[in-house]
Amino acid sequence: MLYVVIAFLWASIWLYLLLGGADFGAGIIELISTGENRNKTRHTMYRAIGPIWEANHMWLIIAIVILFVGFPHIYTTMSIFVHIPLTAMLLGIIARGTAFVFRNYDAVEDNMQKIYNRIFVYSSAITPFFLGIIAASTVSRKIDKEADDFLSAYIYSWLNGFGITVGLFTVCICGFLAAIYIIGEVNTKEDKEHFIKIAKKMVVAAFISGAFVFLAAHLEQIPLLDWIFGHWVGNIAIAAASISLIVLWLTLDKNKDILIRLLAGFQISMILLAATYTHFPKIVLLKDGSALSLIDEAGLNKTIDSLAWALLLGSIFILPSLFYLLYSFENKKNTRSELRH
Amino acid sequence: MDDFLAARSQMALSLGFHIIFACIGMVMPFFMAVAHYKWLRTGQQVYKNVTKAWSKGVAIFFATGAVSGTVLSFELGLLWPTFMEHAGPIFGMPFSLEGTAFFIEAIALGFFLYGWDKFNPWFHWFTGVVVGISGLASGILVVAANAWMNSPAGFDYIDGQYLHIDPIEAMFNDAWFSQALHMTLAAFVATGFAVAGVHALMVLKGRNILFHQKAFRIAAIFGTVAAVLQPLSGDISAKDVAKRQPAKLAAMEAHFHTEKSAPLIIGGIVNEEEAQVNYALKIPGLLSWMAHGDSQKAVTGLNQIPKEDHPPVAITHYSFQVMVGLGMLMMLLAFIYFIALLKKKTWLSGKWLYKLFVIAIPMGFIAIEAGWMVTEIGRQPWIIHGVMRTVDAVTPMPGIAYSFYIFTAVYISLSLIVMFLLYRQIKMVSKIYDVHDDELTIKHA
Repeated sequence: MLYVVIAFLWASIWLYLLLGGADFGAGIIELISTGENRNKTRHTMYRAIGPIWEANHMWLIIAIVILFVGFPHIYTTMSIFVHIPLTAMLLGIIARGTAFVFRNYDAVEDNMQKIYNRIFVYSSAITPFFLGIIAASTVSRKIDKEADDFLSAYIYSWLNGFGITVGLFTVCICGFLAAIYIIGEVNTKEDKEHFIKIAKKMVVAAFISGAFVFLAAHLEQIPLLDWIFGHWVGNIAIAAASISLIVLWLTLDKNKDILIRLLAGFQISMILLAATYTHFPKIVLLKDGSALSLIDEAGLNKTIDSLAWALLLGSIFILPSLFYLLYSFENKKNTRSELRH
Repeated sequence: MDDFLAARSQMALSLGFHIIFACIGMVMPFFMAVAHYKWLRTGQQVYKNVTKAWSKGVAIFFATGAVSGTVLSFELGLLWPTFMEHAGPIFGMPFSLEGTAFFIEAIALGFFLYGWDKFNPWFHWFTGVVVGISGLASGILVVAANAWMNSPAGFDYIDGQYLHIDPIEAMFNDAWFSQALHMTLAAFVATGFAVAGVHALMVLKGRNILFHQKAFRIAAIFGTVAAVLQPLSGDISAKDVAKRQPAKLAAMEAHFHTEKSAPLIIGGIVNEEEAQVNYALKIPGLLSWMAHGDSQKAVTGLNQIPKEDHPPVAITHYSFQVMVGLGMLMMLLAFIYFIALLKKKTWLSGKWLYKLFVIAIPMGFIAIEAGWMVTEIGRQPWIIHGVMRTVDAVTPMPGIAYSFYIFTAVYISLSLIVMFLLYRQIKMVSKIYDVHDDELTIKHA
């Protein structure tokens, strides 16, 4: 049963990265667009993710609940030593979630819209940036449980070059996912070309920030290269990600919306796999060389069993209705656009 | 401000904020479903308008409740890591189920809000009902987790170790039922009275009278029925607390000395130093009756409880008084409304009745906050009653005061924005939903 719980943990992080990521990315694209394109992004995005936007962020809650029920020591260690970026991320989540609703449900359209929009786009970039920092802190061996001064215990645990570059990389990935997603949501040729251009820019940005991640890892003496290329699974995952990126680049303007979405999702999944596989089941690496492992830190059998059953039971209810939600709105959209033609 | 106080204040603030949004988010869908049902049955446009107007409110409150709830799931660890390290595996079951309930609520809300004219009308109606039911289930599950802190169960605490953990037993602890019942009814009372009051105000102002009257009636019936039931659940809760947490009951009642035929203390000024209440009204035997169902039986006073285990008395007592007092006022108003509905139809057209409901707008929510303070402050100094002290659970990170200031600023601004948005929604009713009487019975296809 422990592996069921771990699988759910991984799956919810994965889905949060893909779905929540695309959601954040939409705000990021809005942030970097100007004028008419900005409005277009906003309206397309609202139509596309409106019905599911709440559901996208549920994955984060599922992951957190799994952590604190099943692996409380891991949850509390992170809560203590990465307190500050976690708080920053939370403030981002509050700002973003409320601004999204406020701008769509304010009965009067006036200058307040500008304020909501500004809050929404900035928090869309800040939140994944801190998510990246938090993710980086789990592997950078900077969390020091023995630290006795404030800076080394609560600041240097996450504030370093590696963390910042991973944060920027995460932001780029979110923008990339959103751009790919939006390509399939717009109807005119002109719009498609616009978002294809953005997607390409995002790929380049992700590539550059990715390179900086490796550079920072090297400077911080984090053996990132060994982790990713030291194992055949990592090698295959990276190879698969690279091939899918090339195919994606070549098919971007070929009007194959579903294919490019799958490729983008596959590519991000491979990156996540490469980043997590080497350490499994270790999930947090500590400064003293020890690590928190999902196997060793798991709660007692009875807790894990009931958690696994709760998750399995939950998925029986959630997954079909979630698919039906996605399916029906995708369907309705098509029938409506046919009517318009 | 020291870190411990800051952590407690931040937690109190976050929960106090969340509780309002969560209550409205879980109760309003039921109002909406009734209005929606009436529209589908009668075809009167006004009911569709009420449903749509309310659904916007639901969306705003749901989103605000969802983000503040997400924040709470992190804050538990950010502020109380030691507590979560031990409690997480024991009382986590309701949280994992709540994840599912909340997820379904989010999915159903997606269907409901974006599904107008896209689905079979009754399927669409049903998704609205699912929003309500799953919201209610989420609320009950979270309260069950809180009840565990008052009534720890499902483990053996031996030599500082938490052994023989049973998450199911923990979830169905002794306090879960009474707390969940009381909280659920409170949510209906508070939301019912608040919504009814706002529509009553608009009726008094003479705007879109038909729209607001229909809306008022649905909300008022929900609120008043719950208000009449609430004292019964309060009685169950009081007996339950007397049995499990005598210190909390003693603090609620400022009952300093154990005595037979203990009096119920109403009002008064608590003097904790001298262990007495001055200028209070005392009704002999009533506390004994409330706590044990027997007006002669002794009720444990604070003198029988070690000093270091006393909760703060004055604030718990005052909060309890506020809660009960407001509950009684709302029950009274409920009876007046019932008489108006059943016997004196002429009262329904009187302005005074609407005025009373306007006065009652904030009462339910003040009562909820007060009741929340009773249960949380009354549990102190424990975070897990009798097992772990709150002071031992707090994070070692210094500087929590700054975090508290930031969250205070955020929550205050959010509250202001939400009120501003609601004000604008209500102001726009006349523009968006202006229906003349002759258009009232447009048949829907």
